[in-house]
Amino acid sequence: MRQGVSSKRQWLETTYKKGQERPARFSTISDLEIEPLYTPEDVPDGYETSIGYPGEYPYTRGVYESMYRGRLWTMRQFAGFGLAEDTNRRFHFLLAQGQDGLSTAFDMPALMGYDADHERARGEVGREGVSVTSIHDMLRLFDRIPLDKVSTSMTINCSASALLAMYLVVAERQGVPWSAVSGTIQNDMLKEFTAQKEWICPPRPSLRIVTDMIEFCARRVPRWHPVSISGYHIREAGSTAVQELAFTIGDGICYVEEAVKRGLNVDEFAPRLSFFWNLHNDFLEEVAKLRAARRMWAKIMKERFGAKNPRSMMLRTHAQTAGAALTAQQPINNVVRVAIQALAGVAGGVQSLHTNSMDETLALPTEQSVMVALRTQQIIAEETGLTNTIDPLGGSYAIEALTDRMERDAFEYVRRIDEMGGMIKAIETGYPQREIADAAFTYQRQLEQGVKTVVGVNKYAMPEELPIETLKIDPALEEMQVQRVRKMKRERNSAAVRESLGRVGEACRSGENLMDPICEAVRREATVGEICDVFRAEFGVYSDPGWI
Amino acid sequence: MCSVPSSAFTAIRGGFRSVADKRLRILVAKPGLDGHDRGAKIIARALRDGGFEVIYTGLHQTPEMIAEAAVQEDVDAVGLSILSGAHMTLFPEVIRLLKERGAGDVAVFGGGIIPDEDAEKLRTMGVKEVFTPGTSTEDIVKWVGEKVRPRE
Repeated sequence: MRQGVSSKRQWLETTYKKGQERPARFSTISDLEIEPLYTPEDVPDGYETSIGYPGEYPYTRGVYESMYRGRLWTMRQFAGFGLAEDTNRRFHFLLAQGQDGLSTAFDMPALMGYDADHERARGEVGREGVSVTSIHDMLRLFDRIPLDKVSTSMTINCSASALLAMYLVVAERQGVPWSAVSGTIQNDMLKEFTAQKEWICPPRPSLRIVTDMIEFCARRVPRWHPVSISGYHIREAGSTAVQELAFTIGDGICYVEEAVKRGLNVDEFAPRLSFFWNLHNDFLEEVAKLRAARRMWAKIMKERFGAKNPRSMMLRTHAQTAGAALTAQQPINNVVRVAIQALAGVAGGVQSLHTNSMDETLALPTEQSVMVALRTQQIIAEETGLTNTIDPLGGSYAIEALTDRMERDAFEYVRRIDEMGGMIKAIETGYPQREIADAAFTYQRQLEQGVKTVVGVNKYAMPEELPIETLKIDPALEEMQVQRVRKMKRERNSAAVRESLGRVGEACRSGENLMDPICEAVRREATVGEICDVFRAEFGVYSDPGWI
Repeated sequence: MCSVPSSAFTAIRGGFRSVADKRLRILVAKPGLDGHDRGAKIIARALRDGGFEVIYTGLHQTPEMIAEAAVQEDVDAVGLSILSGAHMTLFPEVIRLLKERGAGDVAVFGGGIIPDEDAEKLRTMGVKEVFTPGTSTEDIVKWVGEKVRPRE
C-alpha cells in the first residue's frame, strides 16, 4: 500500500494531479475561485473565538441559542397588487395557508412618493404592488388584520416615513397602542442610491429622514424595526456576493454613525436594526456569506461602536431568494432554483424568509405559484430534517474557509469606503455604483461566453415553450383608484391638510423629528404624494447621474 | 413642457466623430418609475463596445424627456428598457411624441418584462423590435447593426 500524503499541498501535487479535471472555471457564481479541496489547514485557529457557539459572540453559528429547535423562521411572502382590497384578500389567503407574518409590496407611484392621480403614475397604478395614496387605502389594506397580533414588513424607502405614519394611524383606529405594534420597514435609503434607485431627495437629507425614523421608533414604537439594511437589491443589481456583504455592512455602519451623532446611545437603537440578504444559486457561497455577515456585524458593533448589549451585536435577518436568478425560459425550473436558494438561507440561519414564485420573471405571481413557493419553505421546515441541528454546515472545511475569505474581502471594501470618508461620500463619487455595474457586466459576458451557465437560457434551451398562466392586472383598476383619490381630495378639509403639511415643512427646516408632524398630516388625510412634495420642496430632488 | 439638461445624460463617445463617420447614435432610455437599470446599463455598454455611439438617459424619464433627448441628441434609434409593467402606456407615448417632433423615423426598440402578446401589439404600434429576458447582448448589437439605418 502507498504511503498517505501529509499535507494538502502534497496531495494536490501528487494524488489530485493524477485525476482528471474538466475544462471548466471552478469558481462561485460571483467568480470567487474555489479550490479542489479544503482541509483542516484552511480552517482558522481557535474555534472558540473565531467560530464559537450559537447565541454567543461572534455569532458565526447563529444569533439565537437554540435557533430552529426553538422556533422556526418566519415564513413571510411578499404580496401586493391592484387596489388595497385586492391585496387585503391575498393577505387573508396567506394567513389562512399558515404564513405567520405579512409583507407588503407597494406600487411604483407609492414607492416613489406620488399619488395614484399624479401624471407620473399613469400606467403604473397597482401594477408592481398595491396602490396606496392616503390613510383610507391603508385602512382597507389592513382591514380585519389585528396589528397587535400580526407583524408586518413594508418594503418602501424614500416615502417610508409617510407609510409608517399611515400604519401607526391604522393601529390607532384599531385601538392598538404603538408599543404593541411590531414589524419592519425597509427604509434603507443608502442602498437606493447604489442599487434599487428609488429616491426623492439627495443622499444627505434622505439619510436625515431615516435617522429621524430610527430615533422616533427607538423612543415611541419600541417593537418596530425602523430600517432593514438590505443587500438584496445590491445583489439584484448585479453585484458579487462579497460586494453585497461589504456594501450592506458599509451602509449599516453609516446608519449607526448617524444615529450616534444624533445623541442616541448605540444600545438604545441597535437591537432594532435588522438586515435583508439575497439568496442566490451558489449554495456554499450563500451559506458562507450569511455566516460571515453575522461575524462581521458582531465585531463592528462591539469593537467599532462599543456596544455593550449583546442584542446590538446580533445580525438578525430576513432573506429572499434571488429574483434575478429566475428565468423567463422554462419557468417551472424556477421552483427548483428557489428550493435550493431557500435551503441556503435555512442552512445559513436566517430569521425570516420569502421564497419567490416561479412566474415572477413574467408577471406578478398567481395564487397557485405563491402557494408552491410557500410550500417550498414548509417542506424544508418539516420534511428535510435540516432544522434538527444548528448551523449544520459549520465545521465544513470548505464552508469555514469560504466564510473567512468573504469576511476578509468584505472588510477590505469597508476599509476602502472608510478611506473615502464613509458611505455617503463613496455614493456621491459613484464608487459602489460602478463596482456593481462592472460586476453585472462581467457576469453577463461570462454568460454569453458560456463560462457561466443558466440552464434553459444559454444551455439546454428549448425552441418551443408552453406558456404558463400569469396574473393579469385589470387596467380598469387604475381609473377606479384615480377617481377614488380625486373624490377624497375634494371632500376632505383642505385647510387642515395644508396646515398639517406646513408643519411637516417647518420640521424639515428646523431639524425637529419629522415623524410626529407626518403622523398628524396622515390623520388629516394628507397623501403620500403631498408629504413627499414637501420633501421635494424643502430638500430638493435627486436625479440619476446615469453612470454606466 | 419639458426640457432636458444635457448634464442629465452620460454620453459615451468611443472616439472622434467626423462628418464622414456614419456611426449610429443610440439613445438608451429608462422610462417609468422603477429603478431596474441593470439591463439598460449592460445594453448601453454592449452597444458602445459594439461600435455605436451611446447616450444613456439615466432613470425615471418621462416620455417627453425621452423624445426631447432623442431630438436634441439627433439619434438614429431609441432603446427603451421597461420592467415596471407600464410598457403599453409608455412605448406608444414615446412614439407619438417623436412623431410630434418630426422624428417619427427614429427607430424605437425595447426590452424588459414584456409578455409575448403585448410584444406583438407593440410591434403593430410601431415598435421595431421587442427583446425579452434572456436575449444576449450580442443579438441586440447585431440587430441594431442590421436594422437601424442612419437618419437622413
